[in-house]
Amino acid sequence: MLKKLTATLLASTMLTGAAWAETTIKAVMHSGLRVLDPVITTAHITRNHAYMIYDVLIAQDSEFQPQPQMADWTISDDQLTYTFTLRDGLTFHDGAPVTAADAVASLNRWGQKDAGGQVIMDRTASLEATDDKTITWTLTEPFVPMLDVLSKQSALPPFIMPARVAETSADEAITEYVGSGPFRFVEAEFQPGLMVVYEKFDEYVPRDEPADWMAGGKVVNVDRVEWVNMPDVQTAVNALSGGEIDYIEAMQVDLIPLLEGDPNIVVETREPTGMQTMTRMNFLHPPFDNVQVRQAAIKAITQEPVLAAMVGNPEYYSVCGAILGCGTPLENATGTDTLTQGGGAEEARALLEQAGYDGTPVVLMAPTDMVALATQPVVISQMLREAGFQVELQPMDWQTLVTRRASQATPAEGGWNVFITNWMVPEISNPISNPMLNGRGNDAWFGWPTDETIEALKEEFIDAPDAAAQTAVAERIQAHALENGLLIPLGQYTLPQARRTTITEMINSPVPVFWGLQKSE
Amino acid sequence: MLGYILRRILAVIPVMLLVAVFVFLLLRLTPGDPAAIIAGDMATPAQLERIREAMGLNDPLHIQFVTWVGQLLRGDLGVSLISNTPVATMVGDRIAPTLSIAVLTIIMSVALAVPMGVLAAWKHRSAADYAVMTFSVLGFSVPVFVIGYLFILVFSLQLGWFPVQGYTPLSAGLGGFLSNAFLPALTLSTIYIALIARMTRANMLEVLGEDYIRTARAKGAPERTVLFRHALKNAAVPILTVIGTGFALLIGGVVVTETVFNIPGVGRLTVDAILARDYPVIQAMILLTSFLYVLVNLLIDLSYSLFDPRIRY
Amino acid sequence: MAQVPQPTSAMQPVLRALRLPQLGLGSKIAALVLAIIVVLTLLAGWIAPHDPLTMNPMARLQGPIEGYPLGTDNFGRDIFSRVLIGGQLSLIIGIATAVVSVLLGLIIGMIAGFFRTADAIIMRMMDALMAIPSILLAIALVALNGPSVGSVIAAITIPEIPRVVRLVRAVVLSAREEPYVEAAIALGTPMRKILVRHLVPNTTAPLIVQGTYILASAILTEAILSFLGAGVSTETPTWGNIMAEGRLFFRIKPELILYPGIALSLCILSINLLGDAARDMLDPRLKKRAG
Repeated sequence: MLKKLTATLLASTMLTGAAWAETTIKAVMHSGLRVLDPVITTAHITRNHAYMIYDVLIAQDSEFQPQPQMADWTISDDQLTYTFTLRDGLTFHDGAPVTAADAVASLNRWGQKDAGGQVIMDRTASLEATDDKTITWTLTEPFVPMLDVLSKQSALPPFIMPARVAETSADEAITEYVGSGPFRFVEAEFQPGLMVVYEKFDEYVPRDEPADWMAGGKVVNVDRVEWVNMPDVQTAVNALSGGEIDYIEAMQVDLIPLLEGDPNIVVETREPTGMQTMTRMNFLHPPFDNVQVRQAAIKAITQEPVLAAMVGNPEYYSVCGAILGCGTPLENATGTDTLTQGGGAEEARALLEQAGYDGTPVVLMAPTDMVALATQPVVISQMLREAGFQVELQPMDWQTLVTRRASQATPAEGGWNVFITNWMVPEISNPISNPMLNGRGNDAWFGWPTDETIEALKEEFIDAPDAAAQTAVAERIQAHALENGLLIPLGQYTLPQARRTTITEMINSPVPVFWGLQKSE
Repeated sequence: MLGYILRRILAVIPVMLLVAVFVFLLLRLTPGDPAAIIAGDMATPAQLERIREAMGLNDPLHIQFVTWVGQLLRGDLGVSLISNTPVATMVGDRIAPTLSIAVLTIIMSVALAVPMGVLAAWKHRSAADYAVMTFSVLGFSVPVFVIGYLFILVFSLQLGWFPVQGYTPLSAGLGGFLSNAFLPALTLSTIYIALIARMTRANMLEVLGEDYIRTARAKGAPERTVLFRHALKNAAVPILTVIGTGFALLIGGVVVTETVFNIPGVGRLTVDAILARDYPVIQAMILLTSFLYVLVNLLIDLSYSLFDPRIRY
Repeated sequence: MAQVPQPTSAMQPVLRALRLPQLGLGSKIAALVLAIIVVLTLLAGWIAPHDPLTMNPMARLQGPIEGYPLGTDNFGRDIFSRVLIGGQLSLIIGIATAVVSVLLGLIIGMIAGFFRTADAIIMRMMDALMAIPSILLAIALVALNGPSVGSVIAAITIPEIPRVVRLVRAVVLSAREEPYVEAAIALGTPMRKILVRHLVPNTTAPLIVQGTYILASAILTEAILSFLGAGVSTETPTWGNIMAEGRLFFRIKPELILYPGIALSLCILSINLLGDAARDMLDPRLKKRAG
């Protein structure tokens, strides 16, 4: 073992300080990259990593529309057969060409894990590589959002890997990191949770269209991108001021004043739709197994204090009761007066009384090591208490929360009643892929609501013939979701990014991307 | 003498074995499921059960322990649950910053603390003595992260003498290394200086009262010779001991300063691993640091005979 | 090893130490400061101008304003009230740790010192426990058991025990060679009686000194655990978790680290100084040297 240690020690000292003359971007991302398999986790940092080194068949543009990326497509008249044709010049980082067989294997692995992918797979008659460049996907019944699901950027976008990697069981993490994306993963310099290094992949052929969100040409103008993890934003802010790094993906709004007045630094909102923060209740256990108690919780909460404690500066947050997000095509605010304006405490108390709430303590899980999730539980526990709930705020680290939220046990035996999480608005803007609107009991997202109405409404949405009809269904979905307490939206916020002015032409996108941008010395 | 050394070395084995048992039990008897971490966000109970079976987590505890120790003896520290990277590689990548800053800390502490302690003992009950004593109590009383933040505030942000954070390896030049490592080492030093200065003073006071010092002085030996040749040499053993026991303090401090100054060392690796429930990394790091502690103290024990000819075995 | 006072007079140095006039000026100031901190902390519920938990997110991170002498934190809670109340749990954790580790250490040390058969096993276990860096052990214990007050106390206590055990064992080992203990054994006095009547008093003085150091280091360790993300929930403020929560705002609101830091440092400083004074008085050899 000692030998191994010395060897790696030597290797690491020799590698440091390489590549001086190249253009290198040093970026501090919102968290450290530890998991490299984009199918096995929904962690954003892993997804962002995957967009660096992998490519996707089709991608979403800023109008939420699917656009060709690796492939373009045709749809048969009966809406059952989708034919994707790979464009020329696609190469994996190991030099092998990308074939339709690689894409089919990757889609199959993804389809086992992604919620939207599962829906498609349920309706799939066949998914085949008809030749080297052609993927033919035949459905058993029409599925209108097919392309929306395939082009979505989260939670799990369908990234294309070599077939031999994609044949890894979907329960196990992949161990080879070869993609066909615009950057190459430098495995020798990867330090989990600390540092990831990417190099420009010279053989990547970008599309001709200008980059637009995840669609369009991915033209790389830098040689090397380093993602460095720092223990807190304050350290990163100090490093940015000192020119030790070039970019911070997610600023803490409270710290923006420290950078104001520095002519070398720009603080800006990368992507205006931002994030939704929301509360999820557990439908299996008292008191939230009672719909009136869930309604009482919704009435008890007012968004603005939650957002103020979390973000601070009102420029960067907005109250928003729309479960599909504000600023999205299906935005709808039915039934959210008390959430956005307050004053629901009386009603909440009345509902609790009607429900015969007996003071069963509500176990609220509060992660202490995630800045973006640490404050909401504290504020919400006070609001719930004011409405007459007994609240047990249980602090824990994020990893514990992730393990524990999967437990269906009673709160006393290691389960839970409530927790808070955040989504990027594009992730929740579509009722099909919004995990909160899954009403299939044990197969639903944590909280496990059994809700036939929402499932029926989603079917109606899928079958809606046009946009107007979809909007109408979306309004009913909004009303029903809040009536049944599928979630409590807490509002929307943006975490601005900060960059040194040497970086220019960054692309506005929900996923931070490193193609398109330029760096001057 | 040789027999003594051998005996001391062999005594390390049962201690390390017990450390291994403690670490193993600590991780196995507390809630948390390594399989859940491997399986990812969307695992079903059946998948979990399969992974648990494959990892041997369903075996009886003693079988699991024996398997694990067997792997350790073959030099296999395991693979990180989270990143799939061999633990030995992760530690290898990150041990250099920790070690170099720890060594710098020890050098700085000894260089500052021993003269402070000697001065305090020599000028017993003078203003200098009280100043040293006050500092040494203060060093124990202020949390190391508060000291770190104060240093950053004053030396980096206000005076601009040092970078705020980060690490430059020694291989990139001593100047670069020192500019990054000086503040963290100084921060870490405070508690260590307090400890060593205190111990030096106490032992010097004791030795200075001994007959042979009075004899040396009576013979007209220069004060410098008396202090450093006669007194300090005889006070060296307890001072060495405290450097050894203080090693544990150093590890604690390293964990904190690496967080404050963003140093990519094994201290942060360990804390991150604990918070992320990365069991193989936690096990390996606790074992390695314990082993290092035992080793340092063994070396110090063995070097006693060099410093103190009175100790015979 | 330290000289062992006679059993009959064992309590005398302790009593002497409690007589204030014997203390030096530094110790008197330390005692005064500590007394003030303890009294303020005990009366915190009456003195604090605000409920330490009542938040007002719309007025967060304010500077000192009327009614909020130290300003507000990131939830708009009163920093002054939180620092006052925060002392309570910090002190409780410190005292509980000191008492529990001294008691457990006393029992285990007695057994190790008196029963040759148990000695080797116990001491190897203590060596092993000491070899594990206490901070790592404590974080692991808290992280794995959940950050309740109880698990924080347990996590700080466990690494402290070996030091107490070593101390007690050493005192017992040298005391059992004393003629009066040998005589008691020869007379067939029951073991329990020997332990309680002869050996416990011998350990009292060094344990009091050790206890004060543990008390000080436990308060400090709690702060470090909170800092590393393995502390008590901020719903029950401690000096440590106020600072931990404030560190993200260090540059815009340094008061969040400064004031709890000052309170904690003053408290530990006084306890350490008093511990030193007690040691000097209780250890005749040191006293002779100092005199």
